[in-house]
Amino acid sequence: MKNSYDIVVIGGGPAGLAAAIAAYDNGVKDVLILEREDGLGGILNQCIHNGFGLTRFKESLSGPEYAARFIDGVKERNIEVCTQTTVLSLTKEKTVTAINAENGVFTLQAKAVVLAMGCRERSRGALNVAGSRPSGIYSAGTAQKYVNIKGYIPGKSVVILGSGDIGLIMARRMTLEGAKVHAVCEIMPYSSGLKRNIAQCLDDFGIPLYLNHTITKIEGEKRVTGVVVSRVDENKKPIKGTEKHFDCDTVLFSVGLIPENELTKSAEIPLSPRTRGAVVYQNRETEARGVFACGNVLQVHDLVDFVSEESELAGKAAADFVQNGESVRNEIEVVNGKNIGYVVPQRLDKNIKGNVKLFFRATNAFRDCTITAKCGNQILMQRKKKIVVPGEMETLILTETKLAESNGTIEVELEEGV
Amino acid sequence: MFDVIVIGGGVIGGTVLRELTKYRLSVCLVEKENDVCMGQSKANSGIVHAGFDAAVGSLKAKFNVDGNKMMPAYAAELGVKYLNNGSLVLAFSKEEMQTLQELKARGESNGVPDLRVIDQATLREKEPNVSENAVGALYAPTGGIVCPYGLTIAAIGNAMDNGAELFTDFEVNEIKKNGSSFAVKSADGREVEGTLVVNCAGLASGKIAALAGDNDVRIGARKGEYILLDRESGNFVSHTLFCTPTKKGKGILVTQTVDNNILLGPTSEEMEKGNTDTSETGLAFIIDKVRGMTKNPPLYNTITSFAGVRAYSDKHDFIIEESKTVKGLIHCAGIESPGLTSAPAIAKYVAEEIVAKILNPQKNETFNGKREKDYFFKDLSTEEKNVIIKKDPSYGKIVCRCEQITEGEIVRAIRENPPAKNIDAVKRRTRAGMGRCQGGFCQPHVAELIARELGIPFEKVTKNGNGSEIVVGVSK
Repeated sequence: MKNSYDIVVIGGGPAGLAAAIAAYDNGVKDVLILEREDGLGGILNQCIHNGFGLTRFKESLSGPEYAARFIDGVKERNIEVCTQTTVLSLTKEKTVTAINAENGVFTLQAKAVVLAMGCRERSRGALNVAGSRPSGIYSAGTAQKYVNIKGYIPGKSVVILGSGDIGLIMARRMTLEGAKVHAVCEIMPYSSGLKRNIAQCLDDFGIPLYLNHTITKIEGEKRVTGVVVSRVDENKKPIKGTEKHFDCDTVLFSVGLIPENELTKSAEIPLSPRTRGAVVYQNRETEARGVFACGNVLQVHDLVDFVSEESELAGKAAADFVQNGESVRNEIEVVNGKNIGYVVPQRLDKNIKGNVKLFFRATNAFRDCTITAKCGNQILMQRKKKIVVPGEMETLILTETKLAESNGTIEVELEEGV
Repeated sequence: MFDVIVIGGGVIGGTVLRELTKYRLSVCLVEKENDVCMGQSKANSGIVHAGFDAAVGSLKAKFNVDGNKMMPAYAAELGVKYLNNGSLVLAFSKEEMQTLQELKARGESNGVPDLRVIDQATLREKEPNVSENAVGALYAPTGGIVCPYGLTIAAIGNAMDNGAELFTDFEVNEIKKNGSSFAVKSADGREVEGTLVVNCAGLASGKIAALAGDNDVRIGARKGEYILLDRESGNFVSHTLFCTPTKKGKGILVTQTVDNNILLGPTSEEMEKGNTDTSETGLAFIIDKVRGMTKNPPLYNTITSFAGVRAYSDKHDFIIEESKTVKGLIHCAGIESPGLTSAPAIAKYVAEEIVAKILNPQKNETFNGKREKDYFFKDLSTEEKNVIIKKDPSYGKIVCRCEQITEGEIVRAIRENPPAKNIDAVKRRTRAGMGRCQGGFCQPHVAELIARELGIPFEKVTKNGNGSEIVVGVSK
């Protein structure tokens, strides 16, 4: 362990791994990955289902297999790794304070930092779901950890709130482990999960999906004994008289991922309220020079393939920063327009060469869509898509030429049925 | 054979137990749950009341004011977090300002120092986030906050370090008086014998009294729901904010906790028996009230909601006396608010004025009231941390990321008096699981440590005692 490194990568999951490898391959060998778990791989380690890597490797890999491709890459390059190490704080000046058993509390100085801390799950408590607080209530990811990593079943009779990917995957996982999954409830009128997961996790197993429903009460003293589920109105308020009761011993909550930006906040690096991740430029540099962000800590992704792609951008940019120093920016803003929830990156630097891939999500499910990136009244790029849903991240490529032509804020918007 | 058996491991039973170890007495505490502090003392606002609320001449008033004076030193000795943050009773109308004058007068009769009514400008200065509609407040500088479960656990732990014994999972179902001693039996067949019994059984103190033959203790239950906000919003208010009591009720509190969370609540709902469910209406009530009291409360930072139950006596005052019908049975019953504040004073009174007068015991010269400071590792300086990590590397391993709690602290909680035997017990002692992810990341790790330290299979690790096992079996 040295006192300083060229690049410190915080997080050894798919984002951190890809960023570290990219930085190395772009000429900066002095890279350190700090990881708080026992080993590398991040959340992929507990995602034993397949479907990872379809875009990137044209194969359907399990989470650990996908991670292994990158872990091998880190090993081959002899990139330094510190596991069981938690970063306690970060400054804008790239001083990293961390703790582990071997070194105690220690400080490192980095020339560049890559933030790759991933997400945490929203809990039942944050939703104020009424009722009792017995054993048997888990966020879907924690249940997944118990089953896939620790080797234990959290329960035998399950109701799930949230039809995002983690909820869907766990509906299948629990069923395969011998549990009865009575229902997946979803407060929105549509599922935010990948279409293939609805088919492969619910339809294939005959698990009913109740859209426009939420759990309004949990029952049970020491252990869950049941839940009350209600239909909701357009304002997401439970409708009296629509209550349905399910006997069960387990409730899984899959109700949202929140990027873990405590360190980002401690460094006073601006976050976007829309993504809850850092505001970044197309090279994933934050407002703090030499600090980059990628993966779920920046925006919650659906596909790890895009995480790797984004993180390679960040890793390469970190290497550029170390080798060439702070560049002069020529910046314009990117904003979300009609029917668009957010766009990443939120800033573009016209001095950075190359095409830009804009990532965004729609605010609702739309059909026959026309997606437009415009600057003032000038249309820069336009794309048509038959179906766009919030649960599937979309992209739009802005060529270098178009970027060079833009002299004001770029807005991305979606029109339906045009 | 014990000199004194204390029934009930809440803050009253715990502080009484500790006070008794200042004498050369053999004492024990029997607690029906798997851990101490699982009843009323667990879900408590943590307010150290100034004492203007209690009726003049009541036991509540007397013990409140005495307890308030004792609390800073009492908490410090036990290494428990306490903060003298001051209380503000908000008024929203001329009538309420008048009521504040009455509260002030009542407080002064009770012996509360330094009360003053402040105007809108002063109020805004003290609390910038108070609603624009608040016209003034009663300021009670002696109001404070303490950790209610921290205090309970520390008092019991210190009592045990001084020789007291603790029996958990001991649900009293029989109390027989044999001549001059009591045989106290548990539902699972254990028995303890003692000369005196102190009834600190909270909601069950009526039942305990009746088991011993005293039918004069009648306890009612009133539920209170709370909402807790993340530490990120910890500076939203600095004083504890109350509402002026009106005919409609008492309103809710908005307060910091000693750990820098923001606590909203409690509601007040009569219950037939103890039930700690939260309800849609209760939570909605809290949200409505806090929006009336403050500007833009950061409700988006809600991390959990919970409920507790108050045990009140039909006399609407504390019952702290030897039973009139059963000699040797001492009641500490109906200890609702300001029970936590009063605890150090109640304990002192029970030990000195009741027990000692009956048993005439000698002082315990070896009594050591100091418990190691209840610091959390993260509050130490880097140098202090590194000294500890060098000696014990498990302090270098963070288990609860949200609260930065180390493996060393969790293991210590499992080993130290009173030992933590389940997930919630570890949580109450260390804060592991109290952060924004509510145990999403750390619960499996904590469960593993409990299994390892107690030498039990993982499937036997519980959330809070038998029946609340974390997992139900091994996966395929």
